[in-house]
Amino acid sequence: MEVVSYLVYLIASVCFIFGIKKLSSPKTARQGNQLAALGMLLAIIVTLLDQRILTFEYIIIGVVIGSLIGAVFAIKVPMTGMPQMVGLLNGFGGGASTLVALAEYDRILTGTDVFDIQTTITIVLSVLIGAVTFTGSLIAFGKLQGIVTGKVVKYPLQHPLNVLIFLAIIVAGVYVVINPAEMDILLGITFISLVLGVLLVLPIGGADMPVAISLLNSYSGLAASMTGFVLQNNMLIIAGALVGASGIILTIIMCKGMNRSLMNVVLGGWASAGVGGPAAAEGAHPKGDVKSVDAEELAMILDSASNVIIVPGYGMAVAQAQHAVRDLMNILEKKDIKVRFGIHPVAGRMPGHMNVLLAEAQVEYDKLIAMEDINDDFPNTDVVIVIGANDVVNPAARHDQNSPIYGMPILNVDYAKTVVINKRSLNVGYAGIDNELFFYPNTLMYFGDAKDAISKLNNELKEV
Amino acid sequence: MNEFLFLMLIYVFVLAIFVGFELITKVPPTLHTPLMSGSNAISGITIVGALLSAGAGELTISTILGIVAIVFAMINVVGGFLVTDRMLKMFKKK
Repeated sequence: MEVVSYLVYLIASVCFIFGIKKLSSPKTARQGNQLAALGMLLAIIVTLLDQRILTFEYIIIGVVIGSLIGAVFAIKVPMTGMPQMVGLLNGFGGGASTLVALAEYDRILTGTDVFDIQTTITIVLSVLIGAVTFTGSLIAFGKLQGIVTGKVVKYPLQHPLNVLIFLAIIVAGVYVVINPAEMDILLGITFISLVLGVLLVLPIGGADMPVAISLLNSYSGLAASMTGFVLQNNMLIIAGALVGASGIILTIIMCKGMNRSLMNVVLGGWASAGVGGPAAAEGAHPKGDVKSVDAEELAMILDSASNVIIVPGYGMAVAQAQHAVRDLMNILEKKDIKVRFGIHPVAGRMPGHMNVLLAEAQVEYDKLIAMEDINDDFPNTDVVIVIGANDVVNPAARHDQNSPIYGMPILNVDYAKTVVINKRSLNVGYAGIDNELFFYPNTLMYFGDAKDAISKLNNELKEV
Repeated sequence: MNEFLFLMLIYVFVLAIFVGFELITKVPPTLHTPLMSGSNAISGITIVGALLSAGAGELTISTILGIVAIVFAMINVVGGFLVTDRMLKMFKKK
């Protein structure tokens, strides 16, 4: 029987690998996700046949409750709420790893098995990583949901405190490994790790959430791998390692998209970047006139264009403007105007956030072009419409060495013949700096809430 | 667990990380959100450990922790796969 179950675990591992492989194209992605789900189902079924399982009633209760909650979350969540949904799910995964490691420790403690050093080390690691993932993800969820402030939170002695906590966990961990007895110390480690998760994510600002969420995703995978070591189960190790790698790669992509080191993001906020910062940038206020445009004028400008690129940002998500934007695309296309979307890697609050919103609004994915593939096309573009994006189109990133965002890759929208920026006001973006693009001669500001403004524009366009 | 077995597990871990890197770098940016929620669901694989703990017989600390772990892991698994499917259904080409 044990041989059979290990063979099924192998099949499940292969399902996970092929499932992720199929995510390399939108055509096969759905099938890939289903394949991974099938792998999970196989793993669960074969585990239930394990002879170590004596009673099923508690299992059934747990599975039913968990599945119901998960299904309700998955069905109810709006697409704009996807970043916090992923954060929340992540947290539960990490929490499960901690609980399993604690349960295993208690089982060995009260049973006939003896502790060996490899098992206790991996139990401590599961508890630590899982608990940090749990509370860290809950705080990320809270920030994205608006329950916890999305601002960069600074608290006194932030870095020394975290280092001290981490050292305390290591000391306690080593003690448990050398002298495994009683739950108390391991529970203590659990508690401090939970606190550490809160303290690590609290300082991270809202627009840095793509990095935080990616990193936490990686942690939840690592926690699962550690649990695999505890249970001596290769399938858990493989599945966890895949997720860990995924999270790390996304984290690196996000950091590159902001031209910042992981350290800088984790330690919190642009202000700590050293050069400039919001206060310093204040002095170099860009001078010049801002030209604004109304819906009627803008409709006429667009009517005479032959190709248009739309650049969406978090503002589009906040205003839930994706459907109005889709209508805009349809109207322009009916006028034989070529419309594409330029997507910055860190637009929104999680990797790929804009793509999901636009897919929901039934924009075909082949119109969503990544930054590096569309940047050369801006000089040949008649009109660029920037909707709710700011820092990712700020030309200062290219030339102003004193700017905190200097070096960050941006969408070169200013090279287009006309740039239209839809924003509610001239306010600064997340980086807290002015955007000189607003004052460029080829820039037109189109003020208003994204949804209202674009709908108004659509009505005017229909009449032109 | 003896040292040899532990070493073999580390082998699998390291090799799987390399497989993961190879696979994930081929996922296009447009699918990064579904990748995240889908891989998230896979990390709910700890359900296996949770089932073993919760089914161990009479109600002890270990089984209670196992039951809570089942609830957590199932939220992760069911929520993750379902929401990913919901998203991927929407990705269409002309």
